[in-house]
Amino acid sequence: MECPKEIVSLMHSYFDGDIHPDEERQLTEHLRSCAACAAHFYELNKTIAFLQCASHITVPSSFTATVMGAMPKEKKAARLRRWLHAHPILTAASLFCLLTVGSFASSWNERGAFSVSADEHVIIRDHTVIVPEGQTVKGDITVRNGSIRIEGTVDGDVTVIHGKKYMASAGQVTGEVEEINQVFEWIWYNIKERVHHALQSLE
Amino acid sequence: MDLFIKKRIKAIRKGDQNAYADLVDLYKDKIYRLCYRMLGNRHEAEDAAQEAFIRAYVHIDTYNPEMKFSTWLYRIATNLTIDKLRKRKPDVYLDEELNGTDGLTMQAQLPSREASPEEAVESLELQETVQRAIDQLPEKYRSVIVLKYIEDLSLQEISEILELPVGTVKTRLHRGREALRRQLGHL
Repeated sequence: MECPKEIVSLMHSYFDGDIHPDEERQLTEHLRSCAACAAHFYELNKTIAFLQCASHITVPSSFTATVMGAMPKEKKAARLRRWLHAHPILTAASLFCLLTVGSFASSWNERGAFSVSADEHVIIRDHTVIVPEGQTVKGDITVRNGSIRIEGTVDGDVTVIHGKKYMASAGQVTGEVEEINQVFEWIWYNIKERVHHALQSLE
Repeated sequence: MDLFIKKRIKAIRKGDQNAYADLVDLYKDKIYRLCYRMLGNRHEAEDAAQEAFIRAYVHIDTYNPEMKFSTWLYRIATNLTIDKLRKRKPDVYLDEELNGTDGLTMQAQLPSREASPEEAVESLELQETVQRAIDQLPEKYRSVIVLKYIEDLSLQEISEILELPVGTVKTRLHRGREALRRQLGHL
């Protein structure tokens, strides 16, 4: 015996989860008295239960790799951008170094006029700084665009930028003596100076 | 989760393929499961799932962010599997509705291959029995049944995926249930 269409329709509304309470009452009452409909309802219930306990199968672990391998070729710009994003510190550091070196290099061209950092106890003649014999200069001497002749003593470092140094036999420098005549030496000198100042300020 | 997906899609649109791998990982099991239940075997399911993901990537520009990404992905996979089912050569178009039978199809009239209770007693066999019953459904009922009971989606979501009115989804769901009841109800 076939179940009345309306009742079957109510059953489906029930399983859809949007049956009206009045309709639900109607359905329940009918199922109580009609064995065929009750069987039909029971079978539907079972069927849904079987469907819902279907095992949750999963893909093989290589799936994503296989998909990515079969993708169309990537645009170059995107790949470069991705690399830069993946290495932020490296990118920032190299950019910083590039700019710093660049600024040092450009300042080499602004060498300008002759100057000397110390003018006590020294004689300045014609773009040459002379530390006379018997004189002691305490502190560093930096000469730019000029030369230095040391006949006395310098109790510090001597740096000559774009010039020459002359050491007399009696001359003495307790610190370091440096001649900077090339842009690379200039850059290196600047880096050292920066580091030195930074360390000093930390003490 | 939504923000995660939105960010990935932004990156993918700019051509970043690696971001897509994250989305594949997120949805691969769901899509594979759908394909398996629609097609009935693992090998075809794997191929179909891969194809679905690649198709989604290639057409990422057509994805409308108003829609859930999963909905869009399910739609691509469902359409793909239905196409594959149609390409299989049936002798009879079982989903054609016969005149005068008020919506019943020829498939519904055929005596179903009933599994005896003994056959289905083992859990593994039960799985196979269930899948075989699903395999016998016409694809328009199959898709609704699979999306509802395998993927646990709401009728609203199913209607968006299949681009059908909710009423039509309900009708197909009811007919799918009845067809399966004939196969599985006696177990």
